[in-house]
Amino acid sequence: MAETLLKVEDLAVEFDTRDGVAKVIDNLNIKLDAGETLGIVGESGCGKSMTALSIMGLVPIPPGRIAGGRILLDGEDLLEASEARMRQVRGNEISMIFQEPMTSLNPVYSIGNQIAETARLHEGLSRADAHQRALEMLVAVGIPAAEQRINEFPHQMSGGMRQRVMIAMALACQPRVLIADEPTTALDVTVQAQIFDLLNDLKDRTGTAIIMITHDMGAIAEMAQRVVVMYAGRIVEQADVDQILTDPRHPYTQGLIRCVPHLTQNPTVERPPLLEIPGVVPPLTHLGTGCPFAPRCQYADAQCRAEMPPSKPIDDDHAVACWLTERETAA
Amino acid sequence: MQFLTVVIRRSLYAFLLLLAVIVFNYTLLSMVPGDIAETIAGESGGASAELMAEIRRSYGLDQPFYVQLFGYVGRVLQGDLGSSYYFNVPVLDLILGRLGPTLLLVITALLLAIFTGTLFGVIAAQRPNGIFSHFITILALIGFSAPVFWTAFLLIILFVSMVQIMPLSGLADPLTESGTWQWYLDVAHHLILPVVSLSSIYLAQYSRLARASMMDILGSDYIRTARAKGLGQRVIIYKHALRNAVIPVITIAGLQFSHIFSGAVVIETVFSWPGLGTLAFESILRGDTPTIMGILFFSAFVVIVFNLLTDLAYRIVDPRIRHSGTA
Repeated sequence: MAETLLKVEDLAVEFDTRDGVAKVIDNLNIKLDAGETLGIVGESGCGKSMTALSIMGLVPIPPGRIAGGRILLDGEDLLEASEARMRQVRGNEISMIFQEPMTSLNPVYSIGNQIAETARLHEGLSRADAHQRALEMLVAVGIPAAEQRINEFPHQMSGGMRQRVMIAMALACQPRVLIADEPTTALDVTVQAQIFDLLNDLKDRTGTAIIMITHDMGAIAEMAQRVVVMYAGRIVEQADVDQILTDPRHPYTQGLIRCVPHLTQNPTVERPPLLEIPGVVPPLTHLGTGCPFAPRCQYADAQCRAEMPPSKPIDDDHAVACWLTERETAA
Repeated sequence: MQFLTVVIRRSLYAFLLLLAVIVFNYTLLSMVPGDIAETIAGESGGASAELMAEIRRSYGLDQPFYVQLFGYVGRVLQGDLGSSYYFNVPVLDLILGRLGPTLLLVITALLLAIFTGTLFGVIAAQRPNGIFSHFITILALIGFSAPVFWTAFLLIILFVSMVQIMPLSGLADPLTESGTWQWYLDVAHHLILPVVSLSSIYLAQYSRLARASMMDILGSDYIRTARAKGLGQRVIIYKHALRNAVIPVITIAGLQFSHIFSGAVVIETVFSWPGLGTLAFESILRGDTPTIMGILFFSAFVVIVFNLLTDLAYRIVDPRIRHSGTA
């Protein structure tokens, strides 16, 4: 068993909105071991990105509020840490890359400048050393002709190249955790595969643990060892990636997997119609007491609508929060 | 290389524009009612028919309009703006003599407006609902709606007649010896009220502009990236955000240089500032056509050159424009 690097315990995040308090994250528990990739999956608005921002200490407060819980990095509670300490953590021990490579780099500074900035900030490197580090990072993330491109500006690069630059920037100080928030959503499919390969390769070389946030089950299959499925700010299922893909228990997880379109080997065979999960994520301000997925769940009964199902382990490293599985395993 | 091509092409456009301005000004002013010969004759005290004819001939006023026009354009292109009917000295010398005070006034006012405006905007943007932010909004409203001459008179009433800490008018006290450090101090003292009145409108505009663009930028993805890197608030604001926020301010300031020149005419007149504006105002009253035309040409020249420089400065600040050949 590898050592646990990052542990989120009972995290709750609330936002004040015009319609009342929205519980965007409730009772969230995840752990990340050194050197592993943890996938967090769910639809838009399920709290994936907010989980990432909470770990980074970047939840906008107000209107946001950390309502409870702990985020432990090597036993240090980041929610208790000072802003000065958090600045040391960000970009140095925990880094993050974002969904929009087109707009996530500052348009008026060269990419070399932006990568070197991180190294100078956290490691106090000289200008020349930081430049050298930036160059090494660009080579490491596979930017061709890095020596010329280091002086280029973001607008001179394609989306895939910019995401590589973001990765170079995030890894410049060899962080222990990299949070990748939908890093490939804005990119072409072929470029997506390249970015996955790059991240896997860098993880193997540097031992950086990755939290991979996505709504794409394909990306999870490609990258993750363990998977957390989130719905409406709660974890509904977590397991090893193989178990999630072959034996999903929660109706929501099953729905997500059914939604992945398949290419058939034989184009003459009629493909099954593309499935969807009917309905949308309910407003987080009015969740009620029952399972938040109940209104969209074909198996939902009175108990589902009335009571929140607790997360129960059904196997080693496989836990589900669903009354249905609860009753099945009890029977 | 691309940059050089842009400079050359832009300069060519600027030259053609300037040529059009000369033709337009000359045509317009020749349509103004009133006989120039009479003005000149009036200055020399007599108005006999022979003298009028003589004046017409010697100034070329008996020639057809297009001959006069081509003659004028040709002389301007050679750097000859003609002679003032009133002072009887070359217009160019007259303008150059008055240029210093005007540039001092206009540039000081513009820089004050850009720097203070941006600073105000940046501070206000960090607390969009704070007291300072509301103060900026009100200041902008007042600055925007108050005519400059009115602001100028209010300042005069307040600081010259009531509190009496500022001089009323002129460039410096005539008794101070020019060139000494006391004289420079005195000029600076005389400069305060005109500069504050002139910059009030622009200060208001730029602080509002900078506030809006700063707020926009603080919510952008690359600022989130900067935070995720672990940068402090100060570096985020003054390195990552400010340079982006200043781009629209520079654009507007460059485009408004012409406005600020016309504002200077009013302000110089109010404060008897011995610059081009006062000269223009007085020349209009005197019917001194060559001087008026000279000033018009000169200010058009300055505005066009300034727009050109803004365009180039913009390219230096914003690499996205620097690397695109067009635009």
